[in-house]
Amino acid sequence: MLLIHCPYCDDTLPELEFAYAGEAHIDRPADPSKLTDEEWRDFLFIRTNVKGVHAERWRHINGCGRFFNALRDTVSDRFLTTYKAGEARPDMQTLEAAE
Amino acid sequence: MNAPVTSFDTVSVTVLPSVARFNLRIAPADLSVASAAFGLTLPTKIGQGAQSGDRAAYCIGPDEWLLHAAEADQQAIVSAFAAVRADTAHSLVVISDREMTIGIDGPDALALLSVGCPIDLSRLPIGGAKRTVFDYAQVMLIRDAEDAFRVEVWRSYFPHVHGLLEIAARELTVGL
Ligand SMILES: [Zn+2]
Repeated sequence: MLLIHCPYCDDTLPELEFAYAGEAHIDRPADPSKLTDEEWRDFLFIRTNVKGVHAERWRHINGCGRFFNALRDTVSDRFLTTYKAGEARPDMQTLEAAE
Repeated sequence: MNAPVTSFDTVSVTVLPSVARFNLRIAPADLSVASAAFGLTLPTKIGQGAQSGDRAAYCIGPDEWLLHAAEADQQAIVSAFAAVRADTAHSLVVISDREMTIGIDGPDALALLSVGCPIDLSRLPIGGAKRTVFDYAQVMLIRDAEDAFRVEVWRSYFPHVHGLLEIAARELTVGL
């Protein structure tokens, strides 16, 4: 079972307490009616589907209830880090230097 | 309930009497207002609890608390919070009847809970509480002592959670 660190609870807990919630850092357009159909389609459906380090949303649904973001390697399933919603995506080089 | 207690040498499963229960959401900066209204200093770290007499408070999210009190005090607590609502925004929801409480006591309490709880129970502090899952049902898990726990579960999940605990307690007793 995966262990995930919740940045709000500051605790590392089993995956069963969490729910996946898709790619992170996708801003909802401020004025959707100004978008072309293609732009709206891209916002709704087009994702990077990266092979490697992926920024994604998780929710600690059976815990504190909060959404937060994680960097996970989609090849190894390893969580590199988690961070609170609203914070910028951590820089990979800073992360690697910290290890 | 015909047989609210299933007791063996090493662990007992008991359906506990009802209690006044509240879910409180309030900005952490306003916590002192809530503490004054409830008459107990609310803990600030997720997982921590505070007790005084029959009142208890558990921090279960960055801005969320579970409050316990005697059933007879329920209306007085609702009134105390209503009195500060105009100046301090918060939400206080009475959830006394939403959940039922199961007591789990005895040397095998940890082993019994591990049947359905995926977390490392030894890290849950005494006096603390945590929202988690028990065999896919969301529960509040409260630790009262080294080998004494309470599980609060929504009514519709109660037959499943309680039934599983009873079966597992029997299995522990016969050494399975
Ligand atoms: Zn959390």
